[in-house]
Amino acid sequence: MTPIRRAIRRATSNPTTTAGAIITLAIVAAALLAPLLAPYDPTEQDIMARLQGPSAEFLLGTDQFGRDILSRLMWGARISLTVSLGAIAVAIVIGGVIGMVSGYIGGTFDLIVMQAMDVLLSFPSLILGLIVVALLGPDLVNLVIAISLTAIAPFARIARAPTLVLKERAFVEAGHALGYSHSRIIFRHILPNILSELLVMGSLWMATAVRTEASLSFIGLGVKPPTPTWGGMTRDGFENILDAPWLAIFPGVAILLLVLGLNMVGDGLRDATDPKLRNE
Amino acid sequence: MNSPLLEVRGLQKHFIQRKGFLTPRTTIIRAVEDISLTIQPGEAMGLVGESGCGKSTAARAMLRLITPTAGSVRFKGEDVLAARGPALKAMRRRMQIVFQDPYSSLNPRQTVGSALMEPMAVHNIATGAAARRRAAALLDEVGLPANALERYPHEFSGGQRQRIGIARALSVEPELIVADEPVSALDVSVQAQVLLLLRELRVRRGLAFLFVSHDLSVVRWFCDSVAVMYLGRIVEQGPVAEVLRAPLHPYANMLRDASPEPDPSRRGILPRIIGEIPSAAAPPSGCAFHPRCGAGLAECARIVPPLAPLSGGRAVACHLYNPISGKPLSTTQT
Repeated sequence: MTPIRRAIRRATSNPTTTAGAIITLAIVAAALLAPLLAPYDPTEQDIMARLQGPSAEFLLGTDQFGRDILSRLMWGARISLTVSLGAIAVAIVIGGVIGMVSGYIGGTFDLIVMQAMDVLLSFPSLILGLIVVALLGPDLVNLVIAISLTAIAPFARIARAPTLVLKERAFVEAGHALGYSHSRIIFRHILPNILSELLVMGSLWMATAVRTEASLSFIGLGVKPPTPTWGGMTRDGFENILDAPWLAIFPGVAILLLVLGLNMVGDGLRDATDPKLRNE
Repeated sequence: MNSPLLEVRGLQKHFIQRKGFLTPRTTIIRAVEDISLTIQPGEAMGLVGESGCGKSTAARAMLRLITPTAGSVRFKGEDVLAARGPALKAMRRRMQIVFQDPYSSLNPRQTVGSALMEPMAVHNIATGAAARRRAAALLDEVGLPANALERYPHEFSGGQRQRIGIARALSVEPELIVADEPVSALDVSVQAQVLLLLRELRVRRGLAFLFVSHDLSVVRWFCDSVAVMYLGRIVEQGPVAEVLRAPLHPYANMLRDASPEPDPSRRGILPRIIGEIPSAAAPPSGCAFHPRCGAGLAECARIVPPLAPLSGGRAVACHLYNPISGKPLSTTQT
């Protein structure tokens, strides 16, 4: 049995992790199947049915333009998931490469790179994201860039620490003795040994990315209306919080559930891959 | 006499350690001070000494796994330290290393088969089905079943892992193997098996060995010649049987006496280990061994004795045998 499979088995034996996985997968399924499952077009306005509470016709009610909240949430999940998944994927790749190369080369180079990462790390992620989106303009790609930028430094740190340990191991020395190139040693021998740690951190940082995306949408720096986003819906709902509290509550709960689910999965995966708990 | 396989001259490796931030204090660790040795094709040379004497560092510097501070290393006449790019890669193929720790010498996320086939691909020896066949043959040669190809290192015991490490070193068909304490991390029963395997491979493949060890009985059994190291220098060198039967250098003598004697009738001399190996950061003046040595000539504390050749292919670095003035001076005990 491979270490990864053993980790997955241990993770799924934990009820919290399983619950987190179910929540996350349900949201992912709703997002993927939105065109089939959503009862209404998320941008279709029905002025006669505006600001309605939850009912059999509109399960989660309607907003000030009479748009179905449930449908908008399902379509909005696509934005949340796409942006955060894209951002974390970019951050893992760029941060991972920076961390591995920096740790592998070591010395002054490592010192300078890691100082630069610390500068990046010193910005709160929301502020950094805000600056980038404000500079580049709010659209899907720029959101991915902005949010990934906030996560590159942590992934560089996470990749660097085990690289420092691994590069002293005899199998890396054996690689040098066998004439392997540095890139072969980094990507074929060090990377597979730190990948699980990067992915575990990725699931935890996904939750942060979801929150950052929602926050940016909330302050109007997300994907432009009428495209539904959870942060944008919460903000819109805020304007009618006294008349129709569900408008803000439902997207807020959706954000909460996704962040919670991802954190539960991430925690479980982290415990499962913890070398101290591993019985080899 | 045929041309030597490995020729090391004046090899030196100093590590520089900086401590402190505002007023950094630099300490130079003289791990390897001056090593010269020659290994003939097919010869097995033992490199022995206490832990901390720099034998592993010297071995790594010869393979250019670490960059020596000074000295020259020639493999079949080619300069190892000057080689670049494809020439270096080609040279690496001809000298391999077997590590002490079988647990860290294999990539835990790589199957045994992949670990054996990757070097073949890198050096364009074989790919695909041909590489698989070669890998299976290597496993067979080191006494492991072919189904080990698909398995991961953690599924094997220490001795089996060491066999895999040996197979990996053999995958590029080297002429020289540096074995860095290859059995000292293993159980005694497994040690013997791995040593037998190494000797069998040595005979069958005509391999030359630099066998780094602190175990004199293992070196006596495995090697043709031996070099005794003390604090970064070779103090005595020669054919293994003669050197270990009648060591000349007081340190070699002390090491020999400390090594268990299998023949009870020849026991009787108690181990005379005096003191500990000094720090390589602050080696004693003159002969590095003089604070622990009984000889105590006047020049011992002042002049580093050169490794001077004697008859029978032996050499010793000691003022007792190569007195500066031509004859031994009066012994003044310190």
